[in-house]
Amino acid sequence: MSWLAALRCLRGVITREGLRFINQRGRFFSALVRPLVWLFIFAAGFRSVLGVSIIPPYETYVLYSEYITPGLLGMIMLFNGMQSSLSMVYDREMGSMRVLLTSPLPRWFLLFSKLLAGVVVAVIQVYVFLLVAWFWDIRPPVMGYILVVPALVLGGLMLGSLGLLLSSLVKQLENFAGVMNFVIFPMFFASSALYPLWRMLESSVVLWWICTLNPFTYVVELVRFALYGRIHWLALVVVVVCGVLFLGAAVIGYDPLRGFLARKDGGPRAG
Amino acid sequence: MTENSLQVSSIEFSYGRTRALNGVSLNVEAGRFVALVGANGAGKTTLFSIVTGLYAAHAGDVSIMGHNLRAETLKALGKMGVVFQRTTLDMDLTILQNLRYAAELHGLSRKDARERISEGMKLNSLSDLGKRKVAGLSGGQRRRVELCRALLHKPALLLLDEPTVGLDMSSRAGFVEHVRSLCKQYNTGVLWATHLMDEVNHDDDIYVMARGEIIAQGRVSDLLAAHSVDNVTDLYNLITEDNKNVVESGA
Repeated sequence: MSWLAALRCLRGVITREGLRFINQRGRFFSALVRPLVWLFIFAAGFRSVLGVSIIPPYETYVLYSEYITPGLLGMIMLFNGMQSSLSMVYDREMGSMRVLLTSPLPRWFLLFSKLLAGVVVAVIQVYVFLLVAWFWDIRPPVMGYILVVPALVLGGLMLGSLGLLLSSLVKQLENFAGVMNFVIFPMFFASSALYPLWRMLESSVVLWWICTLNPFTYVVELVRFALYGRIHWLALVVVVVCGVLFLGAAVIGYDPLRGFLARKDGGPRAG
Repeated sequence: MTENSLQVSSIEFSYGRTRALNGVSLNVEAGRFVALVGANGAGKTTLFSIVTGLYAAHAGDVSIMGHNLRAETLKALGKMGVVFQRTTLDMDLTILQNLRYAAELHGLSRKDARERISEGMKLNSLSDLGKRKVAGLSGGQRRRVELCRALLHKPALLLLDEPTVGLDMSSRAGFVEHVRSLCKQYNTGVLWATHLMDEVNHDDDIYVMARGEIIAQGRVSDLLAAHSVDNVTDLYNLITEDNKNVVESGA
């Protein structure tokens, strides 16, 4: 199969995800409302309580609402990554995943296409959020709006790969809700999304270590620095390495010979 | 010598400790309609999952148009069209959107996709329904969309896993005949899994499965003559009853 055919396949998967996104407007609004509630209510409430001192990439004191904005962008990517992996479990149960997996392209490419399609949808949500935030006086440098794209894509791919890996481990749709609670909330709260790590260190060394080892922290920092026109090299390396590892494990999970699916006592056994 | 669209050799597969397939072998010649019959739980769907590459056999080989599924996976998958037991269409999308998606998964150019979708919709009496959402279609119409989708890339082998489940009698008969005529028209080998014996014709090839094994095979007319019965239901009952007795006396 040629590269041209692979690109057509990629276009097909992205188009389908886009059409589903348009058809499921409720999903879009709920994905947007979540971070906006945090920005309008949580950040406003804690604005006077939580001050953030000058830490990179900021060159001056920033308001709390400005500090948590990259964290909320990460939240959109995190929820979207998990949402798209949830849709994979659903697709697997409903059968449409079979259509994808029986296509004549390498499985890693099919899964990567699915991931990228999810990231495209998430990036659109991020920009709508940034537009609303602009009216809330959250105004990063203009270049930041462009430079943040690669950070969002890399972060989205890493989080999507993690979701994909989880979806290959989960046997049934019902079990996925539990996994979401055990993954999404701890990942979000135990990161630098809501508070700088030095504040964590002041309250608990253990918690600081957990936050430092949490890959989501690096997605948030990558996005934060990119939004202000800078590169956080450690975050970049961690995000890329974790992304490759998670995707590799997910491809193994979806491999019929070696994967978790092959070992499960599930699957189509009707006839 | 007639070319085999599908060759399955000595397939073994287990779910944990439960053996699902035990040395299953079968052939589908190009242009032939082959019925794979067996009760629920006989192993038909597991065999389909292996032939489509969703599961990997623990032993044995699958070749599609001479391409080994393990060694030349992509070539083998490219020669195959599948209609799964449960509908795998995207309910939120229209018929055209579903078909375009499938065409792109198979790497067809926009021009080829347009032509083949138009031709396929005409053949499957779907021409006026392109912009209808799949959720609003009848069971029979959905099956026709799935058939159209499975044939878009002109496969040499068409696999259908109990495709008439949930259809009423007239839709069922119409659908089987439709697949037969397409199979002849395009010289496509068809493997049709079913537990409904009235879907099998006397000039079809048949494989009878029970408890993960092929217990009888051949041209239906030959088997009818050999067992001195005149319809497929009696033939199936006789074969499965004989096999049950053999298994029980062996045990």
